[in-house]
Amino acid sequence: MYNLEDKIVVVTGGARGIGFSITQKFAKQGAISIILDLDQDAIDKAVKEIDDAGYRALGYNTDVTNNKAIKKLFNKIYDEFGKIDILVNNAGITKDGLLMKMKEEDWDKVITVNLKGTYNCTQAISRYLLKQREGVIINIASIIGIMGNAGQANYAASKGGIIALTKSTAKEFAARNIRVNSIAPGFIKTKMTDKLSDEIIDSYSKAIPLSRMGLPEDVANLCIFLASDQSSYITGQTINIDGGLIM
Amino acid sequence: MNIEQKVKEIIVEELGVEESEVTNEANFIEDLGADSLDTVELIMCFEEEFDIEIPDEEAENLVTVAKAIEFLKSELD
Repeated sequence: MYNLEDKIVVVTGGARGIGFSITQKFAKQGAISIILDLDQDAIDKAVKEIDDAGYRALGYNTDVTNNKAIKKLFNKIYDEFGKIDILVNNAGITKDGLLMKMKEEDWDKVITVNLKGTYNCTQAISRYLLKQREGVIINIASIIGIMGNAGQANYAASKGGIIALTKSTAKEFAARNIRVNSIAPGFIKTKMTDKLSDEIIDSYSKAIPLSRMGLPEDVANLCIFLASDQSSYITGQTINIDGGLIM
Repeated sequence: MNIEQKVKEIIVEELGVEESEVTNEANFIEDLGADSLDTVELIMCFEEEFDIEIPDEEAENLVTVAKAIEFLKSELD
């Protein structure tokens, strides 16, 4: 149904959490999943797990904040496979703290990884997608980027930025048949949300109409849809996947 | 192959136009049907082919085939 056989998919931060679920899902659809991540052990483990299941994945240890290194890597991937079809900008971090006490370095780090990393990878892949006249970019934002969150000003700003970046990129690339969309997950069970305080988790769980946290697989399913031709008339959008938390 | 020929070859390839259309006076946007993305791609191709960097201020001026050839010749001499 989704017809992603032999598609070349790059997933940043694809070795763990939501990213790994996305990597895995694409591989199961017959795509070749390429993981970009900073954690070599996690990359090895992720690739092995997908490989053992009989699907295809490979990984590169790289830093999305390094514009030059990312450009080189996309060039290498393009040379190797002769195309790149799909980019999922998923790499992201949190460094929480109330704004009044937020360290400048924590602000910079989160903006740099989450927002600049998305810019770097989007720019790096753009020349290949433009040339191909075909391709899909999916940016993993967050509902925090829409509704804000006390203690996460840096993260919220980075994710809100990603949503705006998505819209601008969608407008720039639409003439070349390249679609760009964002996914805004709500509270998803991962190591990142494990770091949240019980109070925050409790208060939001109560507010979720479907009264449960989401699973990484829920996000991966949406990714597959947005990457496939089933969503060929959707671009520039941010789709919330949050159990109805914000409507 | 000289610079002029190479430039014209790149333009034919990138913009998908006929060789006969790529006259020296031809304006990329008005005559050869390029849009703003095409012009950026074209500049990137020149940069790659001739292994140079074309600053944005310069790139803005390269609106015709002749201007591109003239600029690249002066850069590469």
